[in-house]
Amino acid sequence: MSDLIEFQHVSFSYHQSEEDAEPIPVLHEVNLSIKKGEFVAVLGHNGSGKSTLAKHINAILQPTEGVVYVDHIDTRDDELVFDIRQHVGMVFQNPDNQIVATIVEEDVAFALENLGVPPKEIRRRVDDALKDVGMFAYREHAPHQLSGGQKQRVAIAGIIAMNPDCIVLDEPTAMLDPKGRREVLNTIERLNKEYQTTVILITHFMDEAVRADRVVVVDEGRVLMDDVPKAVFVQVERLKEIGLDVPQVTELAYELRKAGVAFAPDVLTVEEFTEEFKRIMEA
Amino acid sequence: MLSDITIGQFFPGKSIVHRLDPRAKILLVIAFIILLFVVRNPVSFVLIGIFLAVIYIVAKIPARAIWRGVKPILPLILFTSILNLFFVDGEPLVKWWIFKITAEGISVAVLMAVRIVCLIIGSLLLTYTTSPIALTDAIERLLKPLKVIRFPVHEMAMMMTIALRFIPTLLEETDKIMSAQKARGADLETGSIIRRAKALIPILIPLFVSAFRRAEDLALAMECRCYRGGEGRTRMKQLHFSHLDGISAVATGVVFVAAVLLDVFLPKII
Repeated sequence: MSDLIEFQHVSFSYHQSEEDAEPIPVLHEVNLSIKKGEFVAVLGHNGSGKSTLAKHINAILQPTEGVVYVDHIDTRDDELVFDIRQHVGMVFQNPDNQIVATIVEEDVAFALENLGVPPKEIRRRVDDALKDVGMFAYREHAPHQLSGGQKQRVAIAGIIAMNPDCIVLDEPTAMLDPKGRREVLNTIERLNKEYQTTVILITHFMDEAVRADRVVVVDEGRVLMDDVPKAVFVQVERLKEIGLDVPQVTELAYELRKAGVAFAPDVLTVEEFTEEFKRIMEA
Repeated sequence: MLSDITIGQFFPGKSIVHRLDPRAKILLVIAFIILLFVVRNPVSFVLIGIFLAVIYIVAKIPARAIWRGVKPILPLILFTSILNLFFVDGEPLVKWWIFKITAEGISVAVLMAVRIVCLIIGSLLLTYTTSPIALTDAIERLLKPLKVIRFPVHEMAMMMTIALRFIPTLLEETDKIMSAQKARGADLETGSIIRRAKALIPILIPLFVSAFRRAEDLALAMECRCYRGGEGRTRMKQLHFSHLDGISAVATGVVFVAAVLLDVFLPKII
């Protein structure tokens, strides 16, 4: 399968407002390719460059050096910016600041209206998108009547109504309560499994990253690790060095091993931990 | 506390008046305002009064809503009536120093007062039975021809929509900031007016900063959803004039013509 998104030697620096000031480098030589249908988590602490990386995927930012291809389109091509944005939808952290309209269904229709889709088709796609995120019953509500998790699901519906190949979510659960986080994550996971939508989830929650097919760890603008979750999270010490945590059970397994118990290092979920625990106890 | 404030004065409902096309309603209200300034005959005003009463009953708008709408402009009505009372020329009934009250003055004053009251009651009907979103939508569509003279119709409508969208959000935020400042010992309730106005500054500044941040985020989110102005944009909800609009336009037309005819053929009082 061909790559949907490809970063080739991408570097990016922010220019400061004073002209003679040195630009601030954010990304260095990033090489990354993401295939259709993958669920990729991008991990990194604050200021690691993970949001900057995300903004390159739908041409909000353009690389200072190197090239980003989205479905073989170079993101520096200004004429095709809207084609790229149709391919790659983006959901942001604050659900309040990305809902435009005063009624849920009108907001979901926003992108389609911008693209000039005929009214009947918009109606159908809006209803489908709302059903996909489980918010169809709330279609006539005002956004401020909804909970954070519900608002974020409306924002996701607004993106999937465009039928994008890929959704980039920039810390979508950072402002939500545990219930909202669960709702949003389940929605994302379902979109990935049922519709093979490529998902790029930027997060600093380890338990979210565990659910991805692949974890990319970013630190100081460089891709540090890029592998399946199990292979990434066994490197407990290396992750701690750059200020990241590992899932609690993985850390517990790590500590147990340090204490001399022959515990498997690659347990990521509570279920895996109990299995492994049972095995050890029986042995 | 702040979040209790409802936006606009919309009374949700499913009556015929609610179901009319918002464009039709706006146009009919404009026609109504013109009518008010054409007719001068009391009998015509009685007819208009009955007409308004019937619509209010059909739309199931409570009477206290009318009072709530008229109350704030009572001083204005009083002011114009007094001016008319003293400054209209004619045969003086009472004369005292430089003031005189004429029969013409009285009738013009009453006429103006009745006109303004009818005007308010009639146009309130529009905001009472039409949601702010429907109104924005209708205004955008009605003003579309102005695009020719480069009037930014779409941009204006978009601004109104976003304003409506963010009113509850910012109200909630104001509430939070007020609580935060009170928790730090800010005194918002006592002191002179100037003191209290000054006490608002530490609330307004964070509110503004946050509003700008929200604006930036929203602009980015809109760009990500391919927003590029009104060019080539379609709408999910189309407005259609229905039979209902035709029937109500005809009914209203009949009443209006009757009011004008009464005005023309009945003996002039004023």
